[in-house]
Amino acid sequence: MLVAENLDGFYGRAQVLFGMSLSVGAGEVVVLLGRNGAGKSTTLKSLVGLVELGAGSVAFEGTRIERLPSHRIARLGIGYVPEDRRIFTDLTVMENLEVGRQPARAGAAPWTPERLFDLFPNLAAMRDRPGGRMSGGEQQMLTIARTLMGNPRLVLLDEPSEGLAPVIVEEMARTIRTLKAEGVSVLLAEQNLHFARAVADRAHVVEKGRSRFAGTMDALMGDAAARAAFLEV
Amino acid sequence: MTANVVIQFLNGLAGASSLFLVATGLSIIFGVSRIVNFAHGSLYMLGMYLAWSLIAFFGRGSPFGFWGGVLGAALAVGVAGALVEMLVLRRIYRAPEMFQLLATFALVLVVKDAALWLWGAEDLLGPRAPGLRGAVEILGRRVPEYDLLLIAVGPVVLGLLWLLMNRTRWGTLVRAATQDREMVAVLGVDQAKLFTSVFFLGAFLAGLGGALQLPREPANLAVDLSIVADAFVVVVVGGMGSIGGAFLAALLIAQAKAMCIAIGDVELFGTVFSFSKFTLVAEFAIMAAVLVVRPWGLLGRPPAAARGAGAVEPPLVPPGPLFWPAAMLAVLVLALVPLGGEGYALVLLIDIAIFALFAASLHFLMGPAGMVSFGHAAYFGLGSYAAGLAFLKLGWPVEAALLAAPAIGGAGALLFGWFCVRLSGVYLAMLTLAFAQIVWSVVFQWDAFTGGSNGLVGLWPQGWLKDRTTLYLAVLLVSALGIFALWRMVHAPFGYALRAARDSALRADAIGIDVRRFQWIGFALAGTFAGLAGGLFAFSKGSISPETLGVARSVDGLVMVLLGGVQTLTGPVLGATAFTLLQDEIARATTYWRAVLGLAILAIVLVFPMGIAGALRILVARAGAGR
Repeated sequence: MLVAENLDGFYGRAQVLFGMSLSVGAGEVVVLLGRNGAGKSTTLKSLVGLVELGAGSVAFEGTRIERLPSHRIARLGIGYVPEDRRIFTDLTVMENLEVGRQPARAGAAPWTPERLFDLFPNLAAMRDRPGGRMSGGEQQMLTIARTLMGNPRLVLLDEPSEGLAPVIVEEMARTIRTLKAEGVSVLLAEQNLHFARAVADRAHVVEKGRSRFAGTMDALMGDAAARAAFLEV
Repeated sequence: MTANVVIQFLNGLAGASSLFLVATGLSIIFGVSRIVNFAHGSLYMLGMYLAWSLIAFFGRGSPFGFWGGVLGAALAVGVAGALVEMLVLRRIYRAPEMFQLLATFALVLVVKDAALWLWGAEDLLGPRAPGLRGAVEILGRRVPEYDLLLIAVGPVVLGLLWLLMNRTRWGTLVRAATQDREMVAVLGVDQAKLFTSVFFLGAFLAGLGGALQLPREPANLAVDLSIVADAFVVVVVGGMGSIGGAFLAALLIAQAKAMCIAIGDVELFGTVFSFSKFTLVAEFAIMAAVLVVRPWGLLGRPPAAARGAGAVEPPLVPPGPLFWPAAMLAVLVLALVPLGGEGYALVLLIDIAIFALFAASLHFLMGPAGMVSFGHAAYFGLGSYAAGLAFLKLGWPVEAALLAAPAIGGAGALLFGWFCVRLSGVYLAMLTLAFAQIVWSVVFQWDAFTGGSNGLVGLWPQGWLKDRTTLYLAVLLVSALGIFALWRMVHAPFGYALRAARDSALRADAIGIDVRRFQWIGFALAGTFAGLAGGLFAFSKGSISPETLGVARSVDGLVMVLLGGVQTLTGPVLGATAFTLLQDEIARATTYWRAVLGLAILAIVLVFPMGIAGALRILVARAGAGR
């Protein structure tokens, strides 16, 4: 579904990605694991056009997207949920969802606020509350719901478990499994190995802007050397 | 008295409507695109002229002719705004802020000359609205019916805008983009279309404001800068991005002006004070009061602290061992020029020396101090007028009058700077322009003291400076010393502190630098040296006029600095030289030199969106990579 090869990514003049490659299959949940500063977030941003790519190719369902502007990538069906959530704090919950709304896709029931409220029951009670007056966990739900309003076929989640209470982290894991059941592919960046194990089918271990390990979650758990080299502090 | 106050109150309400339309358009455009559209007043002016022509075309007598003309003009201006966004601004969204401001400034120049070419220099008296030509009697006074209509327009537009922003998908997207336009794009919204439509709306509102004002005020070529300065004040007072704030501030300022007129002449302590001439002072006082209490405006919100916003500038390299000898040699060579005769070259060289000092003072403010001023000519002009008035009215000798120039220029900068350093970035730039416009208006209106539009004449120095060659040498020496002082300060601890404050205000604060205080002193110093340049200008020209401190001169200074490059010490001197020579050529070739200058600026900005220095750096980097 998504194949990225040999990405060189830049923040201004500083190179962050050095030949990063990865792939996500249809209906798969893939996790990018790695330490702080390894290039996980930059990889996700480069896929949606938020980071300048010096070289490399990205194909989404056969379409080359590495030179497309962000809004075209989003309309093709890649949803991006940023690490810092970036809720529109002046807008209400319903208005935040409205900004994310895009036309339905053939072959899939479109996401509506009502369906999303089933998925995130907390949000249903605060339809008219401004985004700025929500807790961190509620904002995390809203930012995912907002992205789903675009009916993406692949969702990029940047550190969804970061800074959340354990009970919310569990809810997040349930959400990701629900998305998978709905046929939505997920690519997430994570530092939390336990969370990754609970949701992911496959893993890429990222270090210094490139993929050092690619394989199933079970293979990674069996490879103590790979874990020690790139994950443990 | 009561009746007079009520009538002026209604007059103020009517005036507030147009001001609100312009200011809110400016505010909406800034919110989404982060571009301060200095050409917004030009769109207003265009609205006036287009309405004049369209009404004449459709027929002045019929209601259809009038209202069709007004609406047609507003729509046409809206389309013009959208075109400007698509053709110019879209290409420079990622360029440094200063270049965006400069591009819109270039548009001001182009539009002004286009209007001059199309409609001529004469004011065009507008038609009155059919069916609303009469007046209603209120408290025994006659109030034009048209004013009552205008009074209603403000709140109606405010309501419609509120509905548009809060009850439509487009409005929701605009509000979201105002907060985080990148996130909006990632959610699948085409920013380019959104921006174009926002520019259409903002320009439409400006055009409507201008067209509606036509029956009250003739279309004229000076209205662009006066209305944009007013709109800046309204937006700063009301709070950037707040439609309600713009409405409130427009009311407040229009009322303050109206009340000044209502009070009229008052006798205090045996002197007659004419309050009707204090309208600008009232505007200034309100803005000052609001900025002290709420620096982000009445209904605005404090902006998030900028973290590493903008590209980090490479540090200025301290001059090498050969720099000062080379500079001295250059001055010496220039001092020998009169040996070749006293031709036109000397006149040009005097201009160049003066503008090099002016540009160096602006560069000091923009570069090391990091404060972009769009009204630096105000201090230049204050210096000119201080020197001229001391010479003419007080009979001071030239030498003493020349000392008054930096003193008054510095004092003005000290006063205005106190407010300016409370803001940063584009807000600061807007405020400097507003102050400059106020100084210009005072000089322009105060016939008895400043000579009004005629200015001051007969400033030829007597005695030893009467001789052109001596004058040239004196100007050269004073300018060189002034530039030397400015350069020296950049590499003194004071300059380090200023640069630290520019690059990271928070960190500078944390290591014990009183950022505002340093910026304030830096602002005042820049004004002092600009004033000195102004004083030299007055005596080298023999006469000065309000043009000496007009906005055009401020733009000249900016172009000089940008031509030379902000991140070099010699940049402003080279820029001033190139600019003065070029302008001399263009002005001799065509009356539309403003348009030529504007188009040249646009070309520079579009071809080198990262600045000439930035373009050179990229070229050097590419050459390095190729090896």
